[in-house]
Amino acid sequence: MTTAEKYVTAAYLVVLAVVLAYVVIYAFKLSRLEREVAELAELARRRMETAPEQEPAREEVAG
Amino acid sequence: MSTSLLNSRAVALAAAAAGLLLLGLVLAFYWVPNAPIEGFRQRIFYIHVPIALTAYACFFWGAWKALRLLWTRDQRYDLESYTAVHMGVIFGVLTLVTGSIWAKTSWGVWWTWSERQLVLFLVLFLFYSAYFMLRYSVDPGPRRANMSAVYALFGVVLIPVSFLAIRLAEGLIHPVVFDRDIGSNLAGSQLLTFVVCLAGMLALAGSLYVNELTGKRIDARLAELREALS
Repeated sequence: MTTAEKYVTAAYLVVLAVVLAYVVIYAFKLSRLEREVAELAELARRRMETAPEQEPAREEVAG
Repeated sequence: MSTSLLNSRAVALAAAAAGLLLLGLVLAFYWVPNAPIEGFRQRIFYIHVPIALTAYACFFWGAWKALRLLWTRDQRYDLESYTAVHMGVIFGVLTLVTGSIWAKTSWGVWWTWSERQLVLFLVLFLFYSAYFMLRYSVDPGPRRANMSAVYALFGVVLIPVSFLAIRLAEGLIHPVVFDRDIGSNLAGSQLLTFVVCLAGMLALAGSLYVNELTGKRIDARLAELREALS
């Protein structure tokens, strides 16, 4: 491989490496978003479970 | 715009980018003949110049969205402008790196301060890199959106200066390809390969922009949801 060929290959590989790095960073971001969605779903589920217990109390106060 | 529509657009852009860039690569390495003076190393042109033009396009897009924000006061343009500047900086890094590699193989140096084109692009890149420092030094809200928009608009003034510098300067070693005599500067096969690579690079930037924007919007909606639930 000549020197020119090495430099040309390096230029193209740098671009490929940056795009791949972006994909990896984005994969981490997606896994974080998935974790946050799961946390919020769990939070919402707990809210729904505790909500019926709170309803009668409110009615008693109102009555 | 709905997230599902953005996703289908992202898929179409990603497919177009993959196809065009692969075609551009094949054309650049197997179809285009070696340049008379530059020889094999001239093939960096098919990746370096499209990346540089894509960086300019991203900064223009960011400025356009910033102008829309200031004009309409619609806050959704803030995220769009920010994402475009983000993409512009990524392509700016690639422009500087691929340009340095080309400079090393053609001129024997990684960088030269005597070239106005290079220095002006570096100034443009640093200006937009500072955008993030400004943005994250202010609390989120309309004030931050307006400041970021004004900054993004100021930066876009540097683009024509950077683009014209090479044509106005004297005693340059950086080549001028796109001038009135483009027919004698580039053969038909070279021009076609360049256009394919440029289209591919723009499609790649568009795909990354749509994906990044979707991610940032989901992030913002999750933050709102967390606040509502807490």
